[in-house]
Amino acid sequence: MADLTTDFAGIKSPNPFWLASAPPTDKEYNVRRAFEAGWGGVVWKTLGLDPHVVNVNGPRYGAVWGADRRLLGLNNIELITDRPLEVNLREIKQVKRDYPDRAMVVSLMVPCEEDPWKFILSQVEDTGADGVELNFGCPHGMSERGMGSAVGQVPEYIEMVTRWCKQNTRMPVIVKLTPNITDVRKPAKAAKDGGADAVSLINTINSITAVDLDNFAPEPTIDGKGSHGGYCGPAVKPIALSMVSEIARDPDLQGLPISGIGGVTTWRDAAEFIALGCGSVQVCTAAMTYGFKIVQEMVSGLGQWMDDKGHADLDAIRGRAVPNVTDWKYLNLNYVTKARIDQELCISCGRCFAACEDTSHQAIAMKPGRVFEVIDEECVACNLCVNVCPVENCITMERMAPGTVDPRTGRMVEAEYANWTTHPNNPAAKAAE
Amino acid sequence: MSASTRTDGIVAGRLDPATLEANFADLHPPLDPHEARVAADRCYFCHDAPCVTACPTSIDIPLFIRQIATGVPEAAARTIFQQNILGGMCARVCPTETLCEEVCVREVAEGKPVLIGQLQRYATDTLMAKGEHPFARDAPTGRRVAVVGAGPAGLACAHRLAMNGHEVTLYDARPKPGGLNEYGIAAYKTVDGFAQAEVDWLMRIGGIVQEHGKALGRDLDLDALRESYDAVFLGVGLAGVNALRTRGEDRDGVQNAVDFISKLRQADDLAALPVGRRVVVIGGGMTAIDAAVQSRLLGAEEVTMVYRRGPEEMAASRFERDLATSKGVRIVFNAQPVRIRGKKDGTERRVEFAYTRYGPDGFEVTDETFEIRADQVLKAIGQTLYEPPQALALKRGKIRVDAAGRTSVAGVWAGGDCASGGDDLTVTAVAEGRDAAEDIHKALMS
Ligand SMILES: Cc1cc2nc3c(=O)[nH]c(=O)nc-3n(C[C@H](O)[C@H](O)[C@H](O)COP(=O)(O)OP(=O)(O)OC[C@H]3O[C@@H](n4cnc5c(N)ncnc54)[C@H](O)[C@@H]3O)c2cc1C
Ligand SMILES: Cc1cc2nc3c(=O)[nH]c(=O)nc-3n(C[C@H](O)[C@H](O)[C@H](O)COP(=O)(O)O)c2cc1C
Ligand code: SF4
Repeated sequence: MADLTTDFAGIKSPNPFWLASAPPTDKEYNVRRAFEAGWGGVVWKTLGLDPHVVNVNGPRYGAVWGADRRLLGLNNIELITDRPLEVNLREIKQVKRDYPDRAMVVSLMVPCEEDPWKFILSQVEDTGADGVELNFGCPHGMSERGMGSAVGQVPEYIEMVTRWCKQNTRMPVIVKLTPNITDVRKPAKAAKDGGADAVSLINTINSITAVDLDNFAPEPTIDGKGSHGGYCGPAVKPIALSMVSEIARDPDLQGLPISGIGGVTTWRDAAEFIALGCGSVQVCTAAMTYGFKIVQEMVSGLGQWMDDKGHADLDAIRGRAVPNVTDWKYLNLNYVTKARIDQELCISCGRCFAACEDTSHQAIAMKPGRVFEVIDEECVACNLCVNVCPVENCITMERMAPGTVDPRTGRMVEAEYANWTTHPNNPAAKAAE
Repeated sequence: MSASTRTDGIVAGRLDPATLEANFADLHPPLDPHEARVAADRCYFCHDAPCVTACPTSIDIPLFIRQIATGVPEAAARTIFQQNILGGMCARVCPTETLCEEVCVREVAEGKPVLIGQLQRYATDTLMAKGEHPFARDAPTGRRVAVVGAGPAGLACAHRLAMNGHEVTLYDARPKPGGLNEYGIAAYKTVDGFAQAEVDWLMRIGGIVQEHGKALGRDLDLDALRESYDAVFLGVGLAGVNALRTRGEDRDGVQNAVDFISKLRQADDLAALPVGRRVVVIGGGMTAIDAAVQSRLLGAEEVTMVYRRGPEEMAASRFERDLATSKGVRIVFNAQPVRIRGKKDGTERRVEFAYTRYGPDGFEVTDETFEIRADQVLKAIGQTLYEPPQALALKRGKIRVDAAGRTSVAGVWAGGDCASGGDDLTVTAVAEGRDAAEDIHKALMS
């Protein structure tokens, strides 16, 4: 099978699948079982200074479900570890000793002063851990105390704390970024400028999953009140992928290793993060939903796909999709497609018709006998019908060959690439060279 | 317990009460809320959905399923009842496999339709369990309508008329309302006295006076009804039965399947109900299936259903047939009875059958015969209209009606099994009763 071994900013692991800093990595019992199940590494649940924090004693999670109560999104108001520092350190040391080949990264969050960072780094170094991750992402509770995302939202603080850490430890420093900002490249740049060895993203997104309509209170509700939490799980993956791609594409951030986090649920999700430039992926919600065993599906799935495609190792796929992420203005406007409905596969539900007729371009005809056909004169190729069709591959987008006439515009499809920057309707267009 | 499944003759108490109770339990146990949400999630919310077209009462199925999926089954029930006030019964008895579920795009695509019937039951049960009647009557019109026959057609008609503000008198020959819901439908499709509970719930619309034990032709006269009411609706169903015209048909132990079933439906104690050790059912429709299955469930050792044509022509659906065979009923096709033999005392009764086939001149009976032993013979070869009023024009043995349910006599409408339109199904009867009510309303208000 393809070689899945991973070297992330000098931290080695047998596969790229790490458990993210969260309840799955909160204690020795969990982490030992995770390693037994096959996880390549863990980021230990975030440590802080004693006296340790306390958690609420009511519900700390809320959720969004899809069909059959499939968990699509999870939200939490949990804080960092609520166990004494010394207990965590002792356990980290024991586990690392017993699993020397696995990545053991320790997540940290202490107040924005140099001494506490200096103190905790030296303590962690003694455990033999492979690296640290600075939690600048937690968006609830800790941020009210000036930590977590309160730091992650101020690039100057990120740079300052990162620099202290680099000055006070030989361990690789990973900076974990919050998505609760407008442009993720700024905090990533600050981390890099502070000397970070890598970034990881995303942490959770500010969220209220639901409102209890009997009590008019946000969920999860604690004695009639609720507070926003952090959102994660499959629902956040598109946001995470986009943020990862922005860092991967940024010329100023070239070479900065990225650990991809956010909604990784299957091997395929992981492969997508890696294709967008990630050196490892971290998983939380999927493990919390299905247990540690899912890593076996991830390892076998990624391995099989790489074998099928002839990719020998992770270097062969890492970042391969990055050059294909571009700005809208560079998309080829001479690429003309039309929707095509495969009548053999069509089950005549008419969803494409309802969608196109009511909300798009009236480009699908409903013919006698519930036959649905695309009207090329109207189809703008928006893809909505493809997206709402319940049958995979029933509706596809077919490219019109250059030289043929697009019946919608009456114009010939050009073979040459042409984009908005040269389009006549663009007031700022430069003449084509 | 003295009798067993192997006791000869026609005797009661072949099975112990616990077995009987299990045998006659709900055919499809109700969905729980989670199952309903999962089943509802499978609906694609089709445009101009084929299931709606296939439903004789045109219930907006995608809408009610979406209402279930979004956690408001009561709203779903209102969507159903707007079109079909007997939506609760129809959810239990409709042959959905040949109606809405047959054309469900997921049946077409995967062979697994959305469970429309069971979802309909989930919604209607939820609202009915709250004891809520979702409709109120319009302002009184001062018009009076006689509805004859309190089966699905008559009930649907009476309800819609009452809702539109008319005063309705609902006559029925039998002591209880409901028609075949009460006296015909298989017991395991409508358990726990649902038929009467549904009628009681329906009556809460108000404005309907029930007159039981009043038969048209015996206690009532069409002309007199036309005199004293502004309009008359006939929903008398098919009270007669076809005769077998076979030698020996008049012997003991030979009975109409509908009579056997109605006795079963009215029995307080199934263990007291006699059934043969070997039962032969003659016919190929829903009645034959129900008689055969329920004989087995009562403890008959051998039940054979004999139909004179092939499976394709059988009126009972594939599902009904599979149900019968799964309960241990043997189905013999292409054979018809020649005579019923046996000793005077009822022992050694046998039915002699001749094979049939399609020859060059069409359907024919061959010389090849065989015999099946039968302690009990149930005839289920079709019901007929029983002594309709002379004045009414008929069409193929039923009261001739137009699309709106109007008969040949002014001021008289008809619907359901007794009328010429549509299939003989509960849901069709409901649709026809409802539509006739709307036409009566239009006629009375113009
Ligand atoms: C055994 C059996 C099983 C069936 N199973 C199913 C099933 O599973 N699903 C399905 O959809 N359909 C089924 N059907 C068919 C369905 O029951 C009928 O299509 C439906 O009941 C017709 O409704 P209706 O109102 O027209 O007639 P009915 O239900 O027959 O009601 C007619 C009413 O009129 C009354 N009446 C008759 N004559 C007179 C008179 N002279 N004066 C006053 N009142 C009179 C009767 O007492 C009765 O109450 C079954 C039928 C039978 C016989
Ligand atoms: C209950 C819970 C607690 C978490 N605690 C932490 C934490 O202490 N430190 C941290 O850096 N991230 C924490 N996270 C965020 C996760 O590490 C991860 O970034 C996020 O859940 C996105 O990944 P996912 O979609 O795989 O769950 C927590 C997440 C959850 C659900
Ligand atoms: S691609 Fe868009 S415009 Fe074309 S048929 Fe599909 S929905 Fe309509």
